[in-house]
Amino acid sequence: MSTHLGTIDWLIMAVYLVFVLGIGVALKRYMRTSNDFFLAGRSIPAWVCGLAFLSANLGAQEVIGMGASGAKYGLATSHFYWIGAVPAMVFVGIFMMPFYYGSKARSVPEYLRMRFDEKTRALNAVSFGIMTLFSSGISMYAMALLIQALGIFHGIVPDQYVFHVSVLISAVIVLAYIFLGGLTSAIYNEVLQFFLIVAGFLPLVYLGLRNIGGWHGLQTRLPETYMHSWRGMSHANTNPLGVEWFGLTMGLGFVLSFGYWCTDFLVVQRAMAADSEESARKVPLIAAIPKMVFPFLVILPGLIAVATPTVISHVNGASVTSSQGMIPVKMDPRTGAMQTDSKGQPVYNYDLAIPTLLLHYYPTGILGLGLTALLASFMSGMAGNVTAFNAVWTYDIYQSYLNKNATDAHYLKMGRWATVGGVILSVGAAYLVTGFNNIMDTLQLVFSLVNAPLFATFLLGMFWKRTTGHAAFAGLISGTTAALLHHGMTLPVGDAPGIHGAWLAHLHSYPSDMAQNFWTAIFAFSVNLIVTIVVSLLTKARPEEELVGLVYSLTPKPVEHHLPWYSRPMTLGIGVLAILLVLNLAFA
Amino acid sequence: MGLDLRIPLGLMFLSIGALMCGYGALTWHSPIYAQSLGQNINVLWGSVMLIFGGLMFFLGRRARWQEGSTDGTVGRPDTAVDASPRRH
Repeated sequence: MSTHLGTIDWLIMAVYLVFVLGIGVALKRYMRTSNDFFLAGRSIPAWVCGLAFLSANLGAQEVIGMGASGAKYGLATSHFYWIGAVPAMVFVGIFMMPFYYGSKARSVPEYLRMRFDEKTRALNAVSFGIMTLFSSGISMYAMALLIQALGIFHGIVPDQYVFHVSVLISAVIVLAYIFLGGLTSAIYNEVLQFFLIVAGFLPLVYLGLRNIGGWHGLQTRLPETYMHSWRGMSHANTNPLGVEWFGLTMGLGFVLSFGYWCTDFLVVQRAMAADSEESARKVPLIAAIPKMVFPFLVILPGLIAVATPTVISHVNGASVTSSQGMIPVKMDPRTGAMQTDSKGQPVYNYDLAIPTLLLHYYPTGILGLGLTALLASFMSGMAGNVTAFNAVWTYDIYQSYLNKNATDAHYLKMGRWATVGGVILSVGAAYLVTGFNNIMDTLQLVFSLVNAPLFATFLLGMFWKRTTGHAAFAGLISGTTAALLHHGMTLPVGDAPGIHGAWLAHLHSYPSDMAQNFWTAIFAFSVNLIVTIVVSLLTKARPEEELVGLVYSLTPKPVEHHLPWYSRPMTLGIGVLAILLVLNLAFA
Repeated sequence: MGLDLRIPLGLMFLSIGALMCGYGALTWHSPIYAQSLGQNINVLWGSVMLIFGGLMFFLGRRARWQEGSTDGTVGRPDTAVDASPRRH
């Protein structure tokens, strides 16, 4: 594929890059302390933090991936946004932010040290640090691959260097604005990126729907299961996701969702940057509102791509249309031939759903905007990981174990160098991904194994004063081990033992890898919960006076009576959940 | 931090919106708009972005004017270091 961009398209991209770097330059003079650099001085208004909270998660893998899932599974993909995010965002805002913010912890691992002990902090800091570097690297890799696939630099950069140039450019830009302006720069750019993504994709949805006859046209062209999110959920074999309602709600809606939105420092850091505890509680609630609407921006294009009639050949004078609309077929890069599965059916490249739609509907001018929106989403994902890494490295590893008594100016300098190191290591991770088959799948698996048990530790730590440090550590290790064992003994139908599972023994088959993933999470959480409770009862708890501000029952409740009723976090939370219920009923 | 985000946000969308509207005006009857179902999507969407960018910029500047008139330093240059960590 080769995309010819006009001068106007390049100009639009250039404008965006000027503002991205300009914000970093403008903010540099305000970076006077490590608190300014790592936590934005805790001075950012709630609406800014809220949009950044959402945008930091909106990496292009999410945008491209959700479009691809929309094309494959239909509206059922909305579960990743609705039950798979919103309830957790409401919970963390109302119940957990008072502890994260009120404890004055500078990071999530630091909260774990305050609540439990050093070894629990160390385990979380190291695993999180490694994960963020790989996540950033994967973002870089995916972006470079997409640029290569779209042929954006064709004719400008020799084809064999496109990947390297793409990685280098993205690394330099992200490094520059974070080095200069720290978390504030990252947050401000994430808000810019949020609005760019909306601006870049909204016309696409409008044009795509208009072309196929609107929502009614979509309904008539697609199978009925595509247009309903809860249809066929009573059994795994009767819906496109291959998982039943219990696995979906418990695995995705509870364990994985809460495990990410409530404990991942990448997003929690954005809420910690708010200008008050009251604002910090509202940050995830503010983020939840556009989060609920985003399926119509990123999932709907996938459905539109499948629904748009596309002629692929002519037979005896008649046009033959693709069964998957505009979704391109995967081609073997070595032979140029069409890839087929074991039944001889073409293998479709669903990841190209949104890019293909962009190239189809966007003429020069707005094409530059659409591609800039895609690039912006990649960079927000990278930058989010880098800022989380440099804070965890500086506070939880360097200051805690390597150099405890340096000045604040020294830690500020370390934060800047950690940014450089983090970006370099991310580039290394991007190249590591190119060198090994299935490494992306491996890394995603590792992330899910590490994240799955986390929420049990936080849940018990924040809401049960009897939880001990030894129990938290034992629970995390046990939960991760349980996740590994479950993965090693189960396999999705149609997959071979190995990276997809059953590498220990094949004891159970799941209808899909999604079902296996959700049930792995349920097992990991449950084992962690049980082990943590049992070990807590066998070990000595800390005195209650040491846990004030860290445990729900020992902490004064946040004061809300001075706020107008519509501005109280609880009211906002109830409102968000009510809208969520309406959406689920409307598209059930 | 002393930089109101609405100002660069507004300026960016004003810039991009102006570019798109300008290009759309220059290519008014171009066949490239067959892709966007016959609509001059550059002018249409560029206009929306101009309005959004203008609104954001106005809100950001208005906040600054109000701060300036409150403490008696109207017209204080944007480059002044912000001593208060919570003003936006």
